[in-house]
Amino acid sequence: MSQDIDIEGELVTRVEGHGEIVVNATDGQLEECEWHVVESPRFFESMVVGRDWDEIHHIVSRICGICSVTHTMTGLKAVEDAMDVELSEQDVKLRKLALAGETLQSHVLHLGYLALPDLVGAKSVVPMANTHEEEVKTVIRLHKLGNELIETVAGRSTHAQRTIPGGFSQLPREAELRDLRASLEGSWNDVETVVDLVLSLADELPEFTRETEFISLTDPDGYALYDGVPYSSDTGELDLADYREIVNEHVVEQSTAKFTKHDRDSYMVGALARFNNNYEQLGPMATAVADRFGLKPICHNPYLNNVAQLVETAHLIEHSIELIDSLLESGLEAQSDYHKPDVDVTAGQGVGAIEAPRGILFHEYALDETGTALEGNCVIPTNQNHANIQLDMERLVPTIIERPQEEIEHTLEMLVRAYDPCISCSTHYLDVEFVDT
Amino acid sequence: MTSKPKVAFFDFAGCEGDQLEIINLEERLLDLVEVVEVVSFREAMSEHSDDYEIAFVEGSITTPHDVERLEEVRSNADTVIAIGSCAAFGGINSIRNEQDFETVTERAYGEDAAMFDDPDAELFDSFEQAQPAKAFVEVEYEVPGCPIDGEEFIQTVTAILQGGDPSLANHPVCVDCKLAENTCAFDRGEICLGPITRGGGCDATCVSQGTRCWGCRGLVDNPAEDAYSEVLQEYGVTTDELLNEFTLYWSWQREHGPQADMQEAEQ
Repeated sequence: MSQDIDIEGELVTRVEGHGEIVVNATDGQLEECEWHVVESPRFFESMVVGRDWDEIHHIVSRICGICSVTHTMTGLKAVEDAMDVELSEQDVKLRKLALAGETLQSHVLHLGYLALPDLVGAKSVVPMANTHEEEVKTVIRLHKLGNELIETVAGRSTHAQRTIPGGFSQLPREAELRDLRASLEGSWNDVETVVDLVLSLADELPEFTRETEFISLTDPDGYALYDGVPYSSDTGELDLADYREIVNEHVVEQSTAKFTKHDRDSYMVGALARFNNNYEQLGPMATAVADRFGLKPICHNPYLNNVAQLVETAHLIEHSIELIDSLLESGLEAQSDYHKPDVDVTAGQGVGAIEAPRGILFHEYALDETGTALEGNCVIPTNQNHANIQLDMERLVPTIIERPQEEIEHTLEMLVRAYDPCISCSTHYLDVEFVDT
Repeated sequence: MTSKPKVAFFDFAGCEGDQLEIINLEERLLDLVEVVEVVSFREAMSEHSDDYEIAFVEGSITTPHDVERLEEVRSNADTVIAIGSCAAFGGINSIRNEQDFETVTERAYGEDAAMFDDPDAELFDSFEQAQPAKAFVEVEYEVPGCPIDGEEFIQTVTAILQGGDPSLANHPVCVDCKLAENTCAFDRGEICLGPITRGGGCDATCVSQGTRCWGCRGLVDNPAEDAYSEVLQEYGVTTDELLNEFTLYWSWQREHGPQADMQEAEQ
């Protein structure tokens, strides 16, 4: 039986930002299959021009509410790179701790509030408060834990204040870190509850595989999040200074779309990319979670990005406990409550990269001798995933085209959500238009 | 029993950090949905309905399509509340209002900036300025801040539900800063916008965290400009330094005044 399908540009819900799925078929023949991004441009690359070196991070934090810590710190890393500012070991550990908190809250938000409703057949988390009360409360506790981590270290969870060029304006107290450690240790039951729930619903995650390239940071000293160099599952280690040649933002023939590609026509970034590239460095609890799902590298099913986020949730808790132990062991070196690190303002060009919750994020700034920004460039993780989402859709749709339209739509929405796209992050988007396959 | 008021959330150009602050209310959000019915919240729900009494809008208005959506929201809702500085008065987005638009598009899009002149490229039909919701429709209330304060959001909603007045405080951040017993940022060599920024909802958190007031809650209604300029003179702040600060969150407000009337702005 061949059917007509018309899935036309309804905004995908339960994702951050605005995107649309368009699929058209007549008599079972696929005519159109597109992933559109319709977010309004915000022009951050222009907004930073003319601003001072010590306010750039404050501005770029506003690229995205959900990953504001990552944008702040990537902005700081780029400015610090431009002016050769070195951070103390303590400050690096504290930044790593704040970043772990943000990735934890972001993963739990995505899994618990945005993706889980698909698996239990609910339209949102709100009705789940009645049908899955305990699980929802567990998700809330874990989400709060992530936010508490950020608040304790960086001052507040959205658009943090304490992270400034050269270090921190203010430090957490050791007693606060000890409390945090206790909360982290006490969260394993909650992690177990979420793992059990997702595992019981794992059959709902579609079996779909399309081989692709995975790009993330990699770091010999640990599972790369804050530090490291770019790494491709196809070509190995890459040079951060050449990040423009890694992402190759480009316009595709017969379309107005700006995509990224590296070794193939598309690549994937995010939790699954990190899992695939750095699996050996996950902590024991995280590896145990992966084992329960039978998840092994290299996994090419994008739907399992959800599971990779769950694996990382366990890893982030282990990682945070380690960081706190290490900070407490050496004792926090005190500083004023209004600390301003000494920074020699110089002209320069700098690049920073951090693993945001959704994948590798690049910022670059050129500064003049007064530290005023001359230009800026940001390459956002979600941007780097669009070509991969598009190619997944092109491969997936023909295999499910005989199914009812609603099911096709639902399967595609789940695909988009699996990437956890943070569309409002995007500083520049072009209309994603593809010709038929 | 009367039915619960229906509320809806809408986002325009912004970081969605204000909706995140609402999600971050966690258990208290569950309490809130006991007294209101959320019928639309695209970031967190698949359901959607056009039947609502209270609409929250986040983000700046930057495209003709935004205006259409906003006008539709306005016609459906009895009460429209702008949440966050981008929706309330332009916020960070309005930094670009002071820049030449052609340069703005070139810096962000390079050679593809020509898309903004292409009448067929609908997605690139962008206004030269980022503007608040009240530049286009009547907005009853505002919860400013970047991001909003969850507590202030709850107070606003509670006041509306109880038929009270959710007006904003009209004292400068300095008042909150004194209560927090902070060392004055000027004494630490910073340029601080606290003396003329609306306080009352942030507890001077940025100064308390060791930085300074960046002005994210907008100007107070009647800024004590003379007193402020004396402070600036005392600390030797130059006009250029100050103007730079004023263009961080306030580009739209500076042009239209802190109490800019509805509909006053150019569309």
